Amino acid sequence: MDFSLSPEQQMLRDSVERFAAEHGDFPAWRRRVAAGEAFDAAAWAQMAQLGWLGIAVPEAAGGMGFGPVETMLVAEGLGRSLCRVPYAGSCVLAPALLAESDPLLGGIVAGTGQVAAAVSEAEGRYDLAHVATRAVRLGGGWVLEGAKSFVPDGATADWFIVPARTTGGVADAAGITLFLVPATAQGLEVQRHRGPDHHHHARLVLRQVEATVLGEVDGGLAPLEAAVDRAIVAHLAEAMGSMEALRDTTLAYLKTREQFGATLGSFQALQHRMVDMAIACEEARSLLYLAALQLDAPVMARRRAVSGAKARVGQCAAFVAHQAVQLHGGVGTSDELAVSHHLRRLRVIDVLYGDSAHHLRRFAAATDAMAA
Amino acid sequence: MNLAFSAAEEAFRQEVRAFLAANVDGPMREMVRTGMRPEPAEIQAWQRRMHAQGWSAPTWPREHGGTGWSPTQYFIYETEAARAYAPVQPHQGLELIGPIIFTYGSEAQKAKYLPRILSGEAWWCQGYSEPGAGSDLASLKTRAVRDGDHYVVNGQKIWTSYAQAATNIFCLVRTEVKPRKQEGISLLLIDMDTPGIRVRPIITLDERHHVNEVFFDEVRVPAENLVGEEGKGWGYGKVLLDRERGISAAGALRLAQFVRVVKERAAAVRAAGGALLAEPDFRTKLAQIEVEMLALEGMSLRTLADAEAGVDSGPRGSMLKIRWSELVQRITELWAEALGTDAALMEPYAGVEAADDMPHATAAYLHMRVTTIYGGANEVQRNIIARRALGL
Repeated sequence: MDFSLSPEQQMLRDSVERFAAEHGDFPAWRRRVAAGEAFDAAAWAQMAQLGWLGIAVPEAAGGMGFGPVETMLVAEGLGRSLCRVPYAGSCVLAPALLAESDPLLGGIVAGTGQVAAAVSEAEGRYDLAHVATRAVRLGGGWVLEGAKSFVPDGATADWFIVPARTTGGVADAAGITLFLVPATAQGLEVQRHRGPDHHHHARLVLRQVEATVLGEVDGGLAPLEAAVDRAIVAHLAEAMGSMEALRDTTLAYLKTREQFGATLGSFQALQHRMVDMAIACEEARSLLYLAALQLDAPVMARRRAVSGAKARVGQCAAFVAHQAVQLHGGVGTSDELAVSHHLRRLRVIDVLYGDSAHHLRRFAAATDAMAA
Repeated sequence: MNLAFSAAEEAFRQEVRAFLAANVDGPMREMVRTGMRPEPAEIQAWQRRMHAQGWSAPTWPREHGGTGWSPTQYFIYETEAARAYAPVQPHQGLELIGPIIFTYGSEAQKAKYLPRILSGEAWWCQGYSEPGAGSDLASLKTRAVRDGDHYVVNGQKIWTSYAQAATNIFCLVRTEVKPRKQEGISLLLIDMDTPGIRVRPIITLDERHHVNEVFFDEVRVPAENLVGEEGKGWGYGKVLLDRERGISAAGALRLAQFVRVVKERAAAVRAAGGALLAEPDFRTKLAQIEVEMLALEGMSLRTLADAEAGVDSGPRGSMLKIRWSELVQRITELWAEALGTDAALMEPYAGVEAADDMPHATAAYLHMRVTTIYGGANEVQRNIIARRALGL
């Protein structure tokens, strides 16, 4: 049992800190957002240069072949600096599903080919097994028909991973196949949205869209779930960076802001609130570690750790974000401070791949399965 | 980073498991399983078995008669002990005063007191709180005045756990009145059979007698029973409080026992035609507690790993105490909730049958109210974190 970083991991953490400091310039961030830029392209290009986009990609495919800990270190920096890049989807989720020989990996590592996962359907809530989008054979290939209700960072994706039903009923675990669809495919409508987090997301409508099979026909759910769990941990690390940024900035504010002739931090009611924010960060970090270190554990242990973390970190993040706004007072509600933007991003992260309520149920089911 | 245990640690786990299987007998297991708090005599009996195994003091270094276990080994022991429904050890001697004696005590004190703590023969109680000094412990007024080879102690302690069974008490007393109230406090080791000590029981809300008032009337204590230096007792006392919080890291692991008993009970209770445990509202409440316990377990593991690496965990000890106590309260609330109307029945008349956990769930729920108060109230813990860790 060991929670310490190796010397290489410490070096990575240090360069992530420098990266976050550089790209965390908030006035510049606001200008990019106001200009309608769909993502932080300069940061993305620099990440590609540093090799970070290939951290979870095997060395044979041009990546670094690292594990969840390195991914976590990078994602924390993204959260701290509110960096708007499609990292978890394109660089963590997609590589977990693509074969080592897949040419898409080269574009992922170079940052020139973004891959996004379209796993949500309107009637399925957060259930990955709910797949009404149908795939039927046509000639030697497949065509897809259906709709996907939410694709994180999907607005700028070059490729989509689309689960579709090849056999069975709408909510069956078996009979789901994963497909690859280029953003330019005929019959594919990409409806772009800006989110409250200023990430640019998408919905998809698929009308007789030609697609190629990714992995095993009818056996797509288990690998998808494993890949989504990896993306979840990356997003939790991002949330962690965001939460600690809120904790630190709020603490600094309490020490400098004066009201009633004293610093805010001298009032016990506010001290205790600040302590509870610090405890929430400790809880979240502990759960993040447990989840990251169990991504390769047997499936029930992995589910329990990942869903437990997703459920509780979401709650802790909401608490920290809400208290950060509250303790900042009026200025905490302003668009001109990063505080409110961290809140907005954290709320989006909570709904990515299942909110706290969904993952609490998945956690309970895995707990019961492990006890049985 | 990894969560794996080494082959040696796994072998140790098997050794612990085998020992517990052979030594936690049926009645003892039932008592712990159903949430009854063992009496001192029962805890002492368990300590004798641990002593015979050579495991009297899992957190002490070998040179003082401890096991010299690593924090990871201690974690494994506590995890297995919770699984096996093993009783806790007499923690006031082992965790509170023992380490102070081997750190600050004289050679004579070590030779006199440590072996009897290890063997379970001595039962220590803690003379800290006073009627006018609760969370504000440094306001204590019990006086000790030097008179030749003795200190003469006058005053009163309160909330003294198991003073009625104790052979010894360690007491913070005022030996000098100084402008700064933390100064002039000394730590004395006092035999409970010394003339002038009177113990008066306080029955708590769970109808049990575990705490007391202890009165000192011209109690003559040999001067050799002073620990360390006169007037420096506050410093030693703070170390004790820090250790007491550290024990919460282990207490966190024992919470799993309560989850299991709540699940057993809720699986047996009928609600709307099915088991209460299967009712979504109830299962969600339980899952919420379980997920927070998982976070607590992660915090404990990180704290133990820090201890293993010799790294200061900062305020995490206080954080663990806060979260552990909040969760033990909620899990026992849920246990009582699972009982339904049985929670309104405290004591069956003689000869009337009742569910095995019927009075214990309510008693446990009531008893656990104290956990957010003792060992430094949670509000005081928050003050400590704000001051020490956040610089507020």
